[in-house]
Order: sequence, then structure tokens, then C-alpha cells
Amino acid sequence: MTHPFPFSAIVGQEEMKQAMILTAIDPSIGGVLVFGDRGTGKSTAVRALAALLPPIRAVKGCPVNSEKPGLVPEWAGLGSKRTAERPTPVVDLPLGATEDRVTGALDIEKALAHGEKAFEPGLLARANRGYLYIDEVNLLEDHIVDLLLDVAQSGENVVEREGLSIRHPARFVLVGSGNPEEGELRPQLLDRFGLSVEVTSPKDIDTRIEVIKRRDAFENDNAAFMLRWQAEDAAIRDRILKARKALKRLKTPEQTLRDVAELCLALGSDGLRGELTLLKAARAHAAYRNDTALTRGHVRAAAPMALRHRLRRDPLDEAGSGTRVTRVVEDVLG
Amino acid sequence: MSLDNPWDQAVLALRLLAIDPGLGGITVRARSGPVRDAFVASLTLLDGNLIKLHPAMTDDVLHGGLDLSATLAAGHLIKKQGLLQDICPLLLTMAERCPPGFAARVAAHLDAGGGPLIALDEGAEPDEAAPTALTERIAFHIDLSDISHGQAQPPKGKTPAPYPVTHSPAQLAQIVTVAAQCGIDSLRAPSFALRAAQAHAILHRRKAINDDDITVACTLTFAHRATQLPEAEQPAQEPESKPNTGEKSQNTDLKIPDEILLDAIRAMLPDDLLDRIAAAKARGGKGSGTGATRKGNRRGRPLPSRAGRKGDDARIDLVATLRAAAPWQTIRRRDTGRDGLQIRASDIRTKRFEERSDRLLIFAVDASGSAALARLAEAKGAVELLLAQAYARRDHVALVSFRGIDAEVLLPPTRSLVQTKRRLASLPGGGGTPLAAGLQTALEQALHAGRRGLTPTICILTDGRANIARDGTADRIQAAKDAQDMARTIRANGIDALVIDTGNRPADALKSLSQTLKAPYLPLPRADANRLSAAVTHALGD
Repeated sequence: MTHPFPFSAIVGQEEMKQAMILTAIDPSIGGVLVFGDRGTGKSTAVRALAALLPPIRAVKGCPVNSEKPGLVPEWAGLGSKRTAERPTPVVDLPLGATEDRVTGALDIEKALAHGEKAFEPGLLARANRGYLYIDEVNLLEDHIVDLLLDVAQSGENVVEREGLSIRHPARFVLVGSGNPEEGELRPQLLDRFGLSVEVTSPKDIDTRIEVIKRRDAFENDNAAFMLRWQAEDAAIRDRILKARKALKRLKTPEQTLRDVAELCLALGSDGLRGELTLLKAARAHAAYRNDTALTRGHVRAAAPMALRHRLRRDPLDEAGSGTRVTRVVEDVLG
Repeated sequence: MSLDNPWDQAVLALRLLAIDPGLGGITVRARSGPVRDAFVASLTLLDGNLIKLHPAMTDDVLHGGLDLSATLAAGHLIKKQGLLQDICPLLLTMAERCPPGFAARVAAHLDAGGGPLIALDEGAEPDEAAPTALTERIAFHIDLSDISHGQAQPPKGKTPAPYPVTHSPAQLAQIVTVAAQCGIDSLRAPSFALRAAQAHAILHRRKAINDDDITVACTLTFAHRATQLPEAEQPAQEPESKPNTGEKSQNTDLKIPDEILLDAIRAMLPDDLLDRIAAAKARGGKGSGTGATRKGNRRGRPLPSRAGRKGDDARIDLVATLRAAAPWQTIRRRDTGRDGLQIRASDIRTKRFEERSDRLLIFAVDASGSAALARLAEAKGAVELLLAQAYARRDHVALVSFRGIDAEVLLPPTRSLVQTKRRLASLPGGGGTPLAAGLQTALEQALHAGRRGLTPTICILTDGRANIARDGTADRIQAAKDAQDMARTIRANGIDALVIDTGNRPADALKSLSQTLKAPYLPLPRADANRLSAAVTHALGD
């Protein structure tokens, strides 16, 4: 299979799709965490995202996808100054990845054959200005998690070893997916994801039939299916590009800031990260809808995904934190 | 083809898999023996060389990596092939021992189009099974444990090559509906059923799916996934004629009555389905035979080693250290002008192991007025005896007490017997009975310990006369309800518990609490701490 399943052909799962589109509009929102049952299309959606993202301009052959020739790191030893369009990188971080593979390490071939100290960039370099996707993120080895947290925080990857001293930008949107039954995610990492969505299988028979029908068409009638849905994907991509422009013009009234702060206080979410993310997500949402000013409606729509993973756990509440956020939103915003 | 016999099912499943490898594979539940050997021999039906996997395989075996000796000899980079590099059938033995990390790696490989996977599950208990991350991605599950050797005849004949097969929207709708009636949430199941039906049609050289294909496909893919018994609406008024009307219908658009399909699946449902559902629910859906694990650097299953500092008490992984140092040798020789092996601090790799975790006994002791008046002293004596045993088994213990309006952690998890005894002795009695708060504190301790790699068991000693609700108000009814809710939460988190009644007379409320917890209930025998401790040991299972 050369192409992944098209993003727009995914039936239902609106919140998950919405969250991914919001991070595409404003990458500084800081990633999406998708938690949910098996067979709900988590991985499908993330893999489909790559086809949806607008291409970026980058210096040709640059290992960290630099935007301008001046930003290309020295160790890359790049002569070329030409820039070219390339698809937004979506890098898979496999569970078995070693630390060396993630951060980059000594180029073994050059070291052995020529005795040269050269740096072989890792997954973090490739993911710069793009997406880093971790499936089953809750099963990732602790030391890799620590490392990712560190880099995601600083936006820079530092490799120090015996005279091999490398630093390069590593700004990426972290996308994680997992099944909560297989293990919890540490709260430190949870907080680092901007948005969090919970997915469940659709309960309605017609929706389920539609899912199976499209899957079957994708497998058995690929060419026609892709033709039909790639056009839809292109339409979403155009909307994302428009929204990026609209985001700059968008006004944020004082009242909305107050709403956001009150909401976070009422929920007792730790730190200010919740407020910032909620504001950014609401703004991206407004821009996607092509609205000119931020309103309560946008905040309300973005609140569950921006805040649900920042609540303190209440062991007796079986309804899930999403419902709790909605309840408080009702209380505060009326 | 008849599907009464699991062996026939197994052979049929293999043929379908040979036609459409996208079906993912088969889980085979069978002990090692001639029947299983016969099945493994039949795997020649599948295309490609069979690759054997084992749950203890490490990443560089699975994914390949640098072949150091070859690289050093050749002077340029040579990579070792990983087992998961090519697309060919995989045979996973001891699937029930699969840790989640390993399962996730194989699952990722299946998602990327690898496989099919034949998972051999040797689980003895119903709750010992292959990890759901894998079984979810595999269409079939066959139980061969009750087959005699004589029944296991090797399959004959060739499998036809695949070609496109058509189906009607009504048939698709039927498959999805049946899946929903069996209580199957995942959408992979109906997707697999459709593919299986298509493969079955190819097997019988049909151009379109017919009712028979659907019945066989649904039976094979849904029976083991069912989480509820499909409802028998009307207990078949004319049982003789109904199946006939179904089979005779020639028009593919005319649906087979769902009844018949459901009957077929019902016939295949394992007898212990309800027990299994209960077990899966009770364990919070963690359907794996492996215990909780923790990482250490002394013993257990080896994990990939990692960079460590000198002065740690960890053991050095010599081979990994040499491998880390090897690529630098040319450079270092040039820098220092010295010959011979040169190892620097940054090369040091330390060993890491994963071991089955230690047990933690959390005592939640009721020190309220009612209990104090009754038998707090006896309860203390019983705990002390249990402590001695815990010490002998090297278990950790923690102590939570509840009285007045709140619960407190007297002692976080420790192995220190002396400290525990001292805290216990100085435990005063008096006040109300905030049972729910006590349970909550114990649960918090248990969850925290679980994250640190301990396997917690909560041991509750109380007279069950809860009279303080979770919000601190004195409300008997609310207090009892809160305690029940808390017990349900403990159960939902899959934490084992044990209820010891320290009242003068056995309390009914406590019995129902222990039922909610699915925990053994023991009335504290009069003035005989030894008997209690014997009972607890028995209830804990060793």
C-alpha cells in the first residue's frame, strides 16, 4: 500500500479529526494525545494526517529541514543554498527505538572507515518542523520519554560526547496514541500534550456499516476511492492554509481571556499551560471557521480537548474527565 | 464444510488466511503436543518461510541493527537483518507470556502489512491469554485443547488464487448488525468478517458472497470476541423448518434471518464465556498472563542496557560497552597515538533487568470508637502475625488507618518490620468510622505502588459499621453507599483485596462489601490470632 487511508474518509471521530486540524493550523498548541479502545481508527487518523498537511519550504538536503540556508547546522556540511518544497515530515518513533536512533549519534561508517567524527542525525532531526508520532505511547521506555520531554520543552536537541558536540533545532508536534488499558501515561508527559481526545467505537449501526464499506472500498477499489477522497483532503488542506492566515488577524476580546482563566480556575488544572493551550486552540478553531473574533462558543468547543487531561484524577468519577470539563464549562460560561 | 470440529475450523481458517493474508492470523489455544504439532505442520498451506518468534526476543533480534563484528572486519557499515524485516508468516510461541511492549512491536509490524501471525497460546487458566493488542489484529481464534490426535488429519488439496468477489450492501449491513448483537465494539471484527466471507467465496470458487460464506465468516470471527450472548428472541417455534428457509434462499439480496446466523455463532461460543467476561471485567480488561513488572539492575529478564555512570551500583554490561566503544577506536587511536583498546567513561553501559514484582500488603485498619471498643487489640495482634509472614516472604507492607472523619497513611510501603510494629502499637482508637475514606486512601496507596512496580493487595480490617460519608458528614446511609462505590472502584482497578470482620457479630454490610470487592470475607476468629493468620495466608493463595 503506497498511500495511507485518506483523512477525510474517516467516518465520525470528529473530535479527533478536529484536534489534529487545530495543531496543523497552529503547531505551537503542542501536540495531540489520542487515547481510546482498539479498532477505533487512532493509528489510521495519524497516518492519514501526513497527506493532509501543507508542504513546507526547506533547504534542499538539509537534515533538519531548515527554512533558510543560514539556519542549516554546520555539521551538515551542506553546500547547497537552494530551497525546495517538501512534504511536512511525519516521523514514526517505533517503540523499540534506541536512544542513539532518537537523538542521533556518531556516524559509524565514517568513524570506522575514515576515523572521522561525524554526526548521524536521528529521528528528532528528521521531525524538526513536522510531526513526531508515537503509537502506544504509554508503553514507551522511561528514558526515551524523559529525553523527549526534555527536547520538546527546549525545542533543541543536544548531543554531547567526546568532542562530538552537536545541537540542532528540534521543534515538532508530538502526536501520541495508546490504549489506556495497557498502562497509564505519566502525568508529566500527559501535561506536555496540548490537546487530548478520547475515542470510542461508534455505537450506531449505520455509521459502523459506513466504516466497513469505506475500508472495503479502500482495499478492493483503491484507485477510484483515492481519487474521490484526495479531493476532499485537498479541500481541508486549503482551509488549513486559509486559517493560518486568518489566525493573525483574529481579535481576542478581554472578556474571553477572563472566561478562559475562570474556567481553568474552576477546574483546578495545575499551572498556566492549560490556559495558554485553551486560548490557542480556541483561536485556531475560530480561524478554521473563518470567524473574525473569538467568542465563548469557540472556547466552549475547544475546552474538553484542551483541559481533560489536566484534571486531578477523581477515583469515584466513572463518567470520565471529558464529562467533568463539559459540566464545569456549563457552570462557568452558562 | 462442517464447523463442529475445531480441527476443521483450524484448517479452514488456515485456507482463508492463505487466500487473504490481510486476515491477520490465527490464535491457537492448545498445549504443546501431537495435535499442536500437526497444526504447525499444516502451516505449509501459507506462502513463504515461517519465522519463529518468542516473547523474550529483544529489539535487535526483531528489528536488526549494526552487525559489529562484520562491520569491524569489513571496515564499512554492515547491518544485521531483523526477523521482522520481511513479510512472511510468523509463528509466536507462548503468546500468553507476551509482555505489552513486545506485543505492541509485533502489532505495529502487522499494521504495516506484515504477517500473518500464528499465535500459539498455551494458557492454562481462562485469564491467561495472548495480549489483546495482538488478538485484536488477528481474525481467528481456535481452541484445539480438546482434540484427539486421531482427529487431526493433515489438510489435502490446493488453495485457489484470490480474485475480486462482490457483495451486496444488505450482506454488509447484516455482518455489522450481527457484530453489534454480539456486543463487539471494535470495528476490526466486522471488517475481518467481510474479508473472511470473501475468502470463503474464493475457496468455493464463487463470484459473489452467499449466505453460507457469511455464516462461516461470522462464526469464525465473532464467536471468541462476543462480549454478550446474542439474544434468543423467540425460542424458535418451528426449530425444524427455520434453518432450511435460510439455506435455500438463492437470492443474495434476500437476507438470511439474523436468527440463524446468531444460532450458528451461539453454537460456537465457548461454554465459559460468561466467566471469561466476568474475569476480564474484574481484571480491568488486562487480559494478559504476565504479572506486573519492574525494572532493576540485579536479576530477572534482561532488558536493553543503557548508558550509565560509574559509581552506580549497577553491573556493567561488558559486551554492550565494547560495542559502544568500538566505532570510536580509529578516532581515539589517531587522537592519543596509543594502540590497543581504548574505553572511555561515556562508553560504559549498565545492565538492566525486569523482574516479577514484589507483593505489597496494604493494611487498612479501622481504629474507630466502635472497633476500638470491640477488638482493636486483637486486630493488632493479627496484623503483627501477618507482618511476620510478610517479612518471611520479603513482601512490602503499608499501614493505613481510619478513624474520626478521615484516613491517614501511618506508614508508606516498607519492609521494615520494626517500624510497622511500632506504628501499629501506638495506633489510638476512637471516633467515627469513615470506611470510604479508608478505602480511598488504601486505593491511592495501591495505585501508587502499582506504578512503582509492586503488586498491591488491600487487607481491610473493620467492623463494617461505616457512619461517616466521604465528605465528612455523619450519615450512615451515605457512608455505606460511599463505601460500596469505593469498593467498586478498587475492583475496577483490578486490585485484590481481603476483608476481615473485626466486629463482635458478623456484619451483613461487610459481606456485601466483600462481594463487591470480589474478595474473601473472614470474620475474625475469637481471640485466636494464629487462626486468622492461617486463614489470611490461605486466602492470599500461598
